Amino acid sequence: MIDLLSYGAFFLTMALSYSVICLGLNVQWGQTGLFNVGVAGFVAVGAYISAVLTTPETAERLGGFHMPIALGWLGGGLGAAFLSALVGAVTLRLRADYLAIATFGAAVVIQLVLLNLETITGGPFGIGFIPRPFGDLATNANAFGLANLVLMAVLVLVTYLVLEHLVRSPWGRVLRAIREDEDAARALGKSPERFRLQAFALGGFVMGLGGAAQAHFIGFIAPDNYLPTLTFQVWTMLIIGGAGNMRGAILGGVLVWGIWAMSGNLVSQLFPAEHQARASSLQIVMIGVALCAVLLMRPRGILGEVKTLSRHLGPRKPEDTVREG
Amino acid sequence: MTTRQGHALPPLQTTGLSRSFSGFKAVDGMSLSLHKSELLGLIGPNGAGKTTMFNMLAGSLPSSSGSICIHGRDVTGQDARTRIGHGMGRSFQIPKPFPHMTVLENVLTGAQNQTGERLFGACFQPGRVRRDEHAAVEKARGLLDFLLLSHLEGQMAAVLSGGQRKLLELARLLMADPDILLLDEPAAGVNPSLLEQIMDRIVTLNTQHGKSILLIEHNMQMVGRLCSRVVVMAQGRELAQGRPDDVTRDPDVIRAYLGDAA
Repeated sequence: MIDLLSYGAFFLTMALSYSVICLGLNVQWGQTGLFNVGVAGFVAVGAYISAVLTTPETAERLGGFHMPIALGWLGGGLGAAFLSALVGAVTLRLRADYLAIATFGAAVVIQLVLLNLETITGGPFGIGFIPRPFGDLATNANAFGLANLVLMAVLVLVTYLVLEHLVRSPWGRVLRAIREDEDAARALGKSPERFRLQAFALGGFVMGLGGAAQAHFIGFIAPDNYLPTLTFQVWTMLIIGGAGNMRGAILGGVLVWGIWAMSGNLVSQLFPAEHQARASSLQIVMIGVALCAVLLMRPRGILGEVKTLSRHLGPRKPEDTVREG
Repeated sequence: MTTRQGHALPPLQTTGLSRSFSGFKAVDGMSLSLHKSELLGLIGPNGAGKTTMFNMLAGSLPSSSGSICIHGRDVTGQDARTRIGHGMGRSFQIPKPFPHMTVLENVLTGAQNQTGERLFGACFQPGRVRRDEHAAVEKARGLLDFLLLSHLEGQMAAVLSGGQRKLLELARLLMADPDILLLDEPAAGVNPSLLEQIMDRIVTLNTQHGKSILLIEHNMQMVGRLCSRVVVMAQGRELAQGRPDDVTRDPDVIRAYLGDAA
């Protein structure tokens, strides 16, 4: 029972960290239509920056600034936002399929840099001993697990509220207008380039934040965590949950991570040890099957895009109404 | 520089404006002045270069040579996005509403300098955003009343008819307070009863609100009723200009319109 509780907390915390990353992708794809296939790269940058900022000094690599975890998260988000803005500035003029290729390339480059820049990133060995929130509670597994779950849930909630506030603001309205008809938006004086870049950087910030939070929860990161599989997972989360819907992004994160974790357990129980490495590919198959099932039955995702209205638009007052009945 | 109406500078003026497409001169040295509070018609047969001319004026197509001045400021090299800031707005021949946004939201998108449209403002200036937005909603509803769309304000723009889309586009445009309007075939594809209303609104905008309007139109009848002066284009050049009645009697114009059939 107690094991189940702490496992449940662990599972949900991981799942919610993916939900944060997925919210970032939703800003880029769901709201703005930017086809970013380099999610893993931006998540990695957030995770590594936060790790370097918060770990204690070590002899093996440069960095280790021993800063508070909150600063690490912020730094991770800002670093990923900065990188997104940089990548966005050169690639956002590309149409969807070319943007996909460019962002995919960027993610591969980032992963290779992490793998080879040993003096800062620890190379293939990664960075360990990343301070975990509520580390003092580590002796009490349940309290530690629950505290981390609450923290991650708060992060998801705050991210959700801020993003929801933004997409319902006039800023979000322009974003949708640009997605609907770029020429018309331009003729009204809106700069599609500027708004896209902002959305791309904002999404990158959220992805980096999610990556940082996840890294601190696991306590250890290595370049292998940030392969294209991660991008695939996050995309599946968004599509299954419902692109264009912030709640869908959160739900998708939890659901797909659930499928991933359960199928992982199943594989480790059903297959003998010598086949497990190969059998774990079945996890990706499972996600693929779930993706197909959702696309067939609910093409717009489980929750689907909701009609987003600016929160300032109340109904007309009766005395303004010209026509009645 | 002076104009017939005594104002220092015409709102919109082109000098020797040209555009070629791989050697073919679609517009060839057009010099055109739109006077203050004038309703000018630009007409001509198919292929005369009207649309190319319009696209250059709107900034969506770069010119090969010549210049475009808005209120005396040279805007030749500037892109479409900056036109509205100079006080010039355009409509599209096939209207481009934002289909999955409501009619009211469509109109609100036309508002300029909104605090809430800046990421910083949307995050950190909630009071100013609310004030701007309330003012914008009030103004947008006034425009929807003026353009007979208020009963549709909560509907998605996708459900509007062709004529209603033209009205919506006009409302969205007026939200930005331009004093120059470029209207691209406002009569095209509109049913007759709505057409009367659209024409009536255009006249009101011109006579009561003092908007300077350049109308590109195929429909000679409509131009004749609305415009005090028309410019006829043929083969990329100005063929004739003057009062609609005189111009339609001009044998050159008749020949250009009827072509080989004449």
